[in-house]
Amino acid sequence: MSNANQAMAARYKNNFLKEIEEQAEMGEWVKMCMQCGVCSGSCPTHFHPGWEHPPQEIFMMIRAGKREEVLTSPSMWMCTSCYNCYVRCPRKLPITHIMHGIAEYAYRLGLAPKMQPTLHLSQTFWRNCTKTGRVNEVRLTQSLYFKDGFMAGIKKGLEMKDVALGLIKAKRLNILEALGFGHKCKDQQGIQKMLAKARELEAKRKNRQVTA
Amino acid sequence: MTSVVATNQTILVVGGGISGMTAALEAAETGKRVVLVERNPWLGGRTAQLYRYFPKMCHPTCGLEINLRRLKANPNIQVLTLAEVTGISGTKGDYTVTVKLTPRYVNERCTACGECAKAVSTEIPDAFNYNLGRIKAAYLPHSMAYPMRYVIDKSIIGTPEAEAARAACKYGAIDLDQQEEVISLKAGAIVWATGWKPYDAEKITPYRYGEFPNVITNVEFERLADPHGPTGGRILRPSDGREAKNIAFIQCAGSRDENHLRHCSRFCCMASLKQTHYVQEKYGDEAKSTIYYIDIRAIDRFEDFYAKVKANPNVTFIKSKVARISQDKEMNPICWGVNTEGYKRYSNTHDLVVLAVGMEPEVKGVDIPAEVMSDSSGFIMADPANAGIFGAGCATNALDVNRAVQSATAAALRAIQVVNKLARAEA
Ligand SMILES: Cc1cc2nc3c(=O)[nH]c(=O)nc-3n(C[C@H](O)[C@H](O)[C@H](O)COP(=O)(O)OP(=O)(O)OC[C@H]3O[C@@H](n4cnc5c(N)ncnc54)[C@H](O)[C@@H]3O)c2cc1C
Ligand code: SF4
Ligand code: SF4
Ligand code: SF4
Ligand code: SF4
Repeated sequence: MSNANQAMAARYKNNFLKEIEEQAEMGEWVKMCMQCGVCSGSCPTHFHPGWEHPPQEIFMMIRAGKREEVLTSPSMWMCTSCYNCYVRCPRKLPITHIMHGIAEYAYRLGLAPKMQPTLHLSQTFWRNCTKTGRVNEVRLTQSLYFKDGFMAGIKKGLEMKDVALGLIKAKRLNILEALGFGHKCKDQQGIQKMLAKARELEAKRKNRQVTA
Repeated sequence: MTSVVATNQTILVVGGGISGMTAALEAAETGKRVVLVERNPWLGGRTAQLYRYFPKMCHPTCGLEINLRRLKANPNIQVLTLAEVTGISGTKGDYTVTVKLTPRYVNERCTACGECAKAVSTEIPDAFNYNLGRIKAAYLPHSMAYPMRYVIDKSIIGTPEAEAARAACKYGAIDLDQQEEVISLKAGAIVWATGWKPYDAEKITPYRYGEFPNVITNVEFERLADPHGPTGGRILRPSDGREAKNIAFIQCAGSRDENHLRHCSRFCCMASLKQTHYVQEKYGDEAKSTIYYIDIRAIDRFEDFYAKVKANPNVTFIKSKVARISQDKEMNPICWGVNTEGYKRYSNTHDLVVLAVGMEPEVKGVDIPAEVMSDSSGFIMADPANAGIFGAGCATNALDVNRAVQSATAAALRAIQVVNKLARAEA
């Protein structure tokens, strides 16, 4: 167990619902779920393998105190943000955002499944984009393609070659980004300051633990 | 001109469903003068459009007949059909009400012999059967209609069809010169009993009502099961007329939903439970019913009714609100969702899907006086400050017949008190 995880588990002993309400973004909505099933039935990912628990079940598991199972589940990370559930929920729960809130909380505690593709993308994207204030698309793509090893990366790259060439032609992709050139924000220090401030505010709010 | 005798000691009842009729009768039987205004060409409201009603599974004709008999025997009530209230002014004890009267083109000499209908060939949608079939433009709204009088639909007025109908009538009952009138009358107190309407199922887009022929509503299902209905009481699929023997009921279609109706409509669980009886009654063990539900709300004394349906092996309960409906090549509707008991997904094919649509107050969108308060769903609430206009029945809440009648009796009592106070003050 990570320190943060231990601390939270001790602080909310046997009251996982309260923990989610206070710690996860939009977590206060969980108790409003009436278990109708519309979200689960509307979720496109639920009709594909790899999706353990639909949102409705996640919400019930939270109430049932299944802390480990929820926080280590890949389910929240499978959400495609299609918003089907969100617009249909009869109780108007912001389901998509709750799913992301729980996912982010699990990540903060170090419980999110390692090398989960969505998590990997989020991390890579965040690091890439906050570095200069602009996304370095070539490097982002590289790190995603080569996630599963060198050969897999080459294969993927060849598959997507025509798309890449098309993007370069249309001036939507700058190949020089591979060498660290390309678009950047002017005031890069300012960006870092802004992010630091945002973290500080988030930490104050509800006394949450925040990610570095 | 239609003449109405009304003073400020008259009680006006708007809406002639079971609630309005009850309120009117209760007041009239204490000696008050009552004017009952009904928009349809007949009394009885939506209760008359049910096949049977829970909990005793009796036919609505039974309850209505008693009320009609009381009505016919009471000289204190004046009934205006095809009439709509268009404006109310004044205050408690002294209201002036304007009522718009639409012509029926048939007077009290009508014997309901039906000759005029034979002479007419134009057809119009059958409103009594929720437009499931078509009827002649000279028609008796339904077999138990009160008043028992034909109606000439205004679409044929001025055509040779109307002349043919008049020529066919041996009793001189057809009067094509009748005109729309607006009359004004006095009332001391008003009972507002305009009832409910089924929620518009087309708004629940994932269910594809209006697009898939074999997705229907619970009010339509009542008409399919009724021997006086468009199929003679056979439960047939709208798409191909085949017998529907594998029927799904989807609860809370539009109710308990912030995107549609906020409230629980209260009667629809019972209505679907009741409708499984129709399926059992028609096809015995050959037919299966499946109820998809969030929770079954068979309130207070109805629990027994639920227990009995639950014991029927031909009825399956699936705890899940269906997420969406699709359709296969044979136009069989397929229900998609996830079962809350176990969180397993399903996609079940049925012959027919019945949406248990909820109740929306009929008053919604109607211009009723500002001092009548309504709740967040549009139902009329009791307003202690006003107390000259009283809601009754489903105009005040989603109610079953029994509760609607109780609420109507209460409203009548309050109206009587207003008029009594006035009478004492003037004596
Ligand atoms: C599918 C289904 C099944 C049901 N089954 C049962 C059952 O088995 N048992 C049971 O107890 N209940 C049942 N109900 C509920 C029952 O239908 C209602 O409780 C009952 O109709 C309420 O009567 P009401 O007089 O309040 O309203 P309504 O029946 O709606 O009557 C209102 C009347 O007012 C008239 N009106 C409306 N607006 C105006 C206006 N502006 N001016 C003049 N007149 C107007 C209407 O034409 C109508 O005649 C069922 C409902 C549904 C939908
Ligand atoms: S749709 Fe909303 S109320 Fe229904 S189960 Fe999902 S979250 Fe709960
Ligand atoms: S927004 Fe996410 S959880 Fe909701 S239906 Fe889409 S994929 Fe499923
Ligand atoms: S209007 Fe005349 S013809 Fe038509 S049913 Fe009445 S009496 Fe018969
Ligand atoms: S009575 Fe049943 S079907 Fe109707 S709204 Fe309430 S819970 Fe839903």
